[in-house]
Amino acid sequence: MHLPEGCMARTAMHELSLLENVREILENHALKQNFSKVTKVTLEIGKLSCVEPDALRFGFDVVMKDSLAENAELIISELNGLGLCQQCQLQFEMDSLHDPCMHCGSPFATVIQGAEMKIKDLIVI
Amino acid sequence: MCGICGCGQTNNTTKLKPVLGQNQHLLKHDHSHHGHAHDHHETERLVKVEQDLLSKNNAYAAQNRAYFQQHHIFTLNLVSSPGAGKTTLLVETIKVLKDRFPIAVIEGDQQTEHDADRIRATGVPALQINTGRACHLDAHGIGHAVMDLGVKDHSLLAIENVGNLVCPSSFDLGEAHKVVVLSVTEGDDKPIKYPDMFHAADLMLINKIDLLPYVDFDVERCIHYARQVNPDIQIIKLSSTKGDNFSAWIDWLAERVKPDICKSLNMI
Repeated sequence: MHLPEGCMARTAMHELSLLENVREILENHALKQNFSKVTKVTLEIGKLSCVEPDALRFGFDVVMKDSLAENAELIISELNGLGLCQQCQLQFEMDSLHDPCMHCGSPFATVIQGAEMKIKDLIVI
Repeated sequence: MCGICGCGQTNNTTKLKPVLGQNQHLLKHDHSHHGHAHDHHETERLVKVEQDLLSKNNAYAAQNRAYFQQHHIFTLNLVSSPGAGKTTLLVETIKVLKDRFPIAVIEGDQQTEHDADRIRATGVPALQINTGRACHLDAHGIGHAVMDLGVKDHSLLAIENVGNLVCPSSFDLGEAHKVVVLSVTEGDDKPIKYPDMFHAADLMLINKIDLLPYVDFDVERCIHYARQVNPDIQIIKLSSTKGDNFSAWIDWLAERVKPDICKSLNMI
């Protein structure tokens, strides 16, 4: 079967799919909050999310072309990863999903921050 | 119209097409007919959004999940790199279970019907989604596939995702469990090389264990790495082609399928 229109998977590379989603979210907000142009988009991307900020920056201009966010500035605010050690129950900063606990060295932790990927706010006209 | 998302397969543009046209019109407005200096107010303002980038996919996934629950369809999302043995695993699983309850399969590949053909040869309905250039399946496409395939109530639905250890990890399809298949020919450090996928999965199948004597794959090290990125991950070692420990996988499946799809049927 062919994928239906509106399927995110119609575009290769998941960052591009996500950027198409960004564009749709902007367009929905434009109708609801009555603006016609977006000059700045701030995304919050957790360091433990599966999104590569450089890939987002690379695709942003292409996906926003001919939309209300054409030529908008993209700000990516990176959020640090935080884990909760399953052994000593202390929190520690994680740069990757397999970082061991910095307090007791246990490799087993639950991610409590850093998986986020969201549109935080916009500057609009 | 699609029974899950309501978008209408052939006429879905009303709901989903971006509203570009209107915005472009708004943009052009005010800049052609005033004939005076631009002293009207185009003041910038801040709009708070706080919306997840995956919110659209997640909304479709929630619809799928509700549909599966309502119709007692137990759904698995099988992920792996290409060639890990997902299709063979499914074929062998179907052979064992197809007389116990209905099974349906959705196959995701960039090109060809090969995998769906292999599944159909077992007598089970299968639908192939060709994603073209795309690297993953998403929840909207799955909703349509479920309708197109006519998945029966009280059945097991297996979704074989595009062979890719990166992108499919982010896209919830509405499944009950994500199952990652890793074959011993791939290297025991895959869980920390591609941590997102192993973090997202509930079960890891270490496949092709019959080949262990011929490859440099440390099973214990692989398990350690997988638990590092996901302390709660369950692990089964097996060989789909030779049948080694295959019953452990069937038991895992039957245990979960039973309450989900056989509540009223007493099928297993």
